[in-house]
Amino acid sequence: MKMKSNRSFSLIIGLVILGAITLMALVSTVWLPYSIENTDGGRLSPPSGSHWLGTDKLGRDLVSRLMVGARIALSVGFSAVVIAGVVGLTLGLAAGFAQRWLDESLSALLDILIAFPTLLLAMLIVAARGSSLTSAIFAIGFGMSAIIARLTRLLVKRVLSKDFITASRASGTSWTRIIVIHVAPNIWPTLVVSFALQFGLAGLAEASLSYLGLGAPPPNASWGSLLQEAQATVMTSPIGAIAPGVLLVALVIGVNLIADGLRDIADPTLRRTR
Amino acid sequence: MNILEIANLDIYSSEGKGLVSDLSFSIAPGARLGLIGESGSGKSLTALAAIGLLPSQLKATGSVLLGGESAQQMLGSSERALNRVRGRVASIVFQEPLTALDPLMKIGKQLSEPLKRHQKLEGQSLQHAIIDALNEVRINDPARIASSFPHQISGGERQRAAIAMALACKPTLLIADEPTTALDVTVQAEVLSLLDSVVSARNMALLFISHDLAVVGQITDSVVVLKDGVMVESGSLHAIMSAPKHSYTRDLVINARLLDGALDIAQGKG
Repeated sequence: MKMKSNRSFSLIIGLVILGAITLMALVSTVWLPYSIENTDGGRLSPPSGSHWLGTDKLGRDLVSRLMVGARIALSVGFSAVVIAGVVGLTLGLAAGFAQRWLDESLSALLDILIAFPTLLLAMLIVAARGSSLTSAIFAIGFGMSAIIARLTRLLVKRVLSKDFITASRASGTSWTRIIVIHVAPNIWPTLVVSFALQFGLAGLAEASLSYLGLGAPPPNASWGSLLQEAQATVMTSPIGAIAPGVLLVALVIGVNLIADGLRDIADPTLRRTR
Repeated sequence: MNILEIANLDIYSSEGKGLVSDLSFSIAPGARLGLIGESGSGKSLTALAAIGLLPSQLKATGSVLLGGESAQQMLGSSERALNRVRGRVASIVFQEPLTALDPLMKIGKQLSEPLKRHQKLEGQSLQHAIIDALNEVRINDPARIASSFPHQISGGERQRAAIAMALACKPTLLIADEPTTALDVTVQAEVLSLLDSVVSARNMALLFISHDLAVVGQITDSVVVLKDGVMVESGSLHAIMSAPKHSYTRDLVINARLLDGALDIAQGKG
């Protein structure tokens, strides 16, 4: 009983963190304390009543830029996970059910994709398409789809090798029905966790791309670009680097906690209560 | 007309290694046959071939006819044709009940799948059929078991539930692949006597696979002895026990006798 309440606890904390970031992103679409192009705040002014977290070296309000950054981080995370989910699940299911040459060629393709670090792959795609938010999303999404595909293939193969699949087939269950009642519920708990983790990683990858100047172009303020811009003034005005850093960490921790909680809901063998 | 008719069955691995060679035997309706052999002798592959579930990387030739009057060829037929006879004609009970049940599905839900498909039951009558099916395999407190996940019940209860699932489609042939090997000795005896009585009550045929002649002897009338994929001896249990022809069978019989003798001595003293 105690275990269970701890787990729901982590789910709730995770949802609160992610909820706060989502709220920031949603509010940013209708209202910002200052426009992100407004440079009237004075260079590097410290936190005050009018600028809660101060301003950057061009005099832009940091809170406003962080709010826009939240929007970018979430939309990249969400879109990249959708792309990775569609592409990765399709490839992974195909490879999982395939036999011999089809499975082997799909696995070889996935191995090649995985051999490229996601970030390097993303940089290649951005270099080819020019830096924009969509390029970054596609790049991160495709990079992650190889990981999702390989995980899905492994999970499908593992479930299919179990006796209960053979027993179910022996009693005349069709393949479609087996996928619905046995395969999907058995691979789902692990995939949910993986999707949640990839969501956080996508936000992180976008920040890295932006940090390298390959993400959303200015004046869009991704957390990665905020970090990069604050790098030069980190000694005089550390808040400019600390604030986006803390938000990035919070995002990743938040989705990890949610992943933990979701896994325990999806997998009844972890529930010890009767 | 025999319910299962295997003729000249050969099974090869993908590298061309022979796993089962020229195996022929048949089971009449209501008859019981024991298939004996050590691990790797091809007995489980024979069971899978009987129901058309050989792994696709293995090649099989020969003939496996299942179903009696309107028999279906189980080798090389379409999945759709095979699904018509699977479950309805024959179903299978495995050695390890923990992996034979879906860990993420409650026992009642798993049992409801074949009942819904083969008997078109739903609602209240489906719930009754689930409880009846669990009662038939002599499970205590069937309502509790039906609402439990496999990891929440004991090994013996799991194997009974697996047997109930195999029986749910009312097959005329039950294939039991080492169904008692993974169980405690006391539970083994209970599961054996359970299989014995349900097979009698439903007048089913039984293909019982085991490495243990003593276990097979308790439940079947005739046996086929497999060694390295080749049938070395077949006949009535009595004939084989009293006059084994092949040296491998003789070893099996002597070992079974030794065990029986040891048990008798132990009982005599105790």
